[in-house]
Amino acid sequence: MAIKVLHHGLATTVQDLGRPGYFHLGIPVGGAMDRYAMRAANLLVGNDEGAAGLEAVFIGPKLEFTEDALVAVTGADMPTKVDGVAQPGWTAFKVKAGQTLTFDFLKSGARICIAVSGGIDVPEALGSRSTYPIGALGGYKGRPLTAGDELPVGKSNLASEGRNVPEALRRRPGPSAELRVLPGLYWHRVTEESQQNFFADEWKVANEADRMGYRFKGGRKLDFVDREQPFGAGSDPSNIVDSCYPYGSIQVPGGTEPIILHRDAVSGGGYFMVGTVISADMDLIGQLQPHSPTRFVKVTMEDALAARRVRQLNLARLREALA
Amino acid sequence: MSARYTFGGDEHLFVECSEEMSLEAFFTSLSMAKGVRESGIKGVTEICPANASLQMKFDPDVIHPNDILKEVKAIEGAAARAEPVLKTRIVEIPVFYNDPWTHETLMRFRERHQDPTGTDLDYAARINGYGAVDDFVGAHSGSPWFVSMVGFVAGLPFMYQMVERQRQIQVPKYLRPRTDTPKLTVGHGGCFGCIYSVRGAGGYQMFGITPMPIFDPTQTTSYLRDFMVFFRPGDIVKFKPIDRDAYDQAVEDVDKGRFAPPIREVSFDLREFQKDIDGCNAMLEGMLNGH
Repeated sequence: MAIKVLHHGLATTVQDLGRPGYFHLGIPVGGAMDRYAMRAANLLVGNDEGAAGLEAVFIGPKLEFTEDALVAVTGADMPTKVDGVAQPGWTAFKVKAGQTLTFDFLKSGARICIAVSGGIDVPEALGSRSTYPIGALGGYKGRPLTAGDELPVGKSNLASEGRNVPEALRRRPGPSAELRVLPGLYWHRVTEESQQNFFADEWKVANEADRMGYRFKGGRKLDFVDREQPFGAGSDPSNIVDSCYPYGSIQVPGGTEPIILHRDAVSGGGYFMVGTVISADMDLIGQLQPHSPTRFVKVTMEDALAARRVRQLNLARLREALA
Repeated sequence: MSARYTFGGDEHLFVECSEEMSLEAFFTSLSMAKGVRESGIKGVTEICPANASLQMKFDPDVIHPNDILKEVKAIEGAAARAEPVLKTRIVEIPVFYNDPWTHETLMRFRERHQDPTGTDLDYAARINGYGAVDDFVGAHSGSPWFVSMVGFVAGLPFMYQMVERQRQIQVPKYLRPRTDTPKLTVGHGGCFGCIYSVRGAGGYQMFGITPMPIFDPTQTTSYLRDFMVFFRPGDIVKFKPIDRDAYDQAVEDVDKGRFAPPIREVSFDLREFQKDIDGCNAMLEGMLNGH
């Protein structure tokens, strides 16, 4: 059983829930940007939540199936067709041998997750099938897909078609976003006024937005508290002695354009960080398009933990609905 | 020196051992990372030591942030009292300085550099007070370096020069980062040296290139079969200048699976080092050469 890639879309990669454990060597966790959507897609087709699927950004791929399979598409709203016939999102549908899966223009959100019964069966690298293109690691030959690739698919216990995620449990990306941020790390480096501006201003997603990080522009420049730069930090006030970077941390090189590090984050570097997007909101970032208006909302650790519990509750409901 | 603790969202605890870089701060980071690893604090999923800081990823469903904070703080004291002795290895890395590939790249991105009229080596030599590039290369390869962090991208070592602060090479990064850097470029930014493990963007000044792969996801390179990443924090590196012929030979040796980087096990005592830096470095170099 295989899937032939007839067209790769813009950047389509094999992803699962990532490879934790190697960040101390500069190898990021990777995996689906929108974890909830990938879990849902897998559950719909009867896979384990951590099976490998495809993640496509902005433009869907064109895929020909060599055998019958059950498929589900979740995440962004991108009209899906099998041999030209429309298929619903967040729903398991059948693709027969010889049929072709295609996508129309993206309506909202940024990334779709495509799960196939049996999962994409590329070899595991460091415990995961996720693609880390910079390191040419994992996925299909360590790189995004290209026309002519043939993806192996695992054995499946064909679940029934037509199952869907209840409307209330589909997370629909909106036109704007609020990202909850726990201030910290090097937050003390900017003035009190800049701290207020950071949360008061409306930011917009910049064009440089990918799996490594999302850049934002449009807010006021941050001013720094005066200091003599520490030895080894570099001369710019936004520089620090190169440190680790948390996933979701927000660095602001030169104080101008915040960058949120995401699943394929660089593991460290020499730019100060104002804080970190809470874990419950990480999935949302992967569904933001360039120019999306975004606000950063200041929260406490207790807020972050409460949001985490809400997310877990939703996931439990999803599992129950698809059990 | 007291560490500063702060959270990176609900899943990371970040510890800044010191604002400024020093071997003492690096040793604190390493010894705290070791302490956290050995204490087996539940819920800790990743421990990442960096130059003068460290970061733990944790699962707040297993351990409350306040509890991991308490446990790691308790380790700081023990780490501070630990003997600053490191059992590690010294590795010789051949470097073809002023090679044609980094030269072509630095010329391509000249308008992003502080001094568009010269090369990165000319610039670094001049601002560090060396009369000629050869003298600068002599200083770069003349003393060993500590791998004080592995990261940024897969397997990339940050290296800290083992000399008095006033003798340390310091250069600013490019004015604007390049979009390209040859794989295995030996670079420098701020007080840190690095080896680019993969081709890609970068902002460090480029001095040369090594024929020795340090990251191999295919694990076919003879000395990377056990694990794809060569460096670990705490490794000691000594650069050895080589010419084009030796570079070509080494590349061929790597391809044929017969390249073996010279490596020796060593024990490093920070107190002895600080008493006699040149003497300690001479001894390390002697061990590398089998004395």
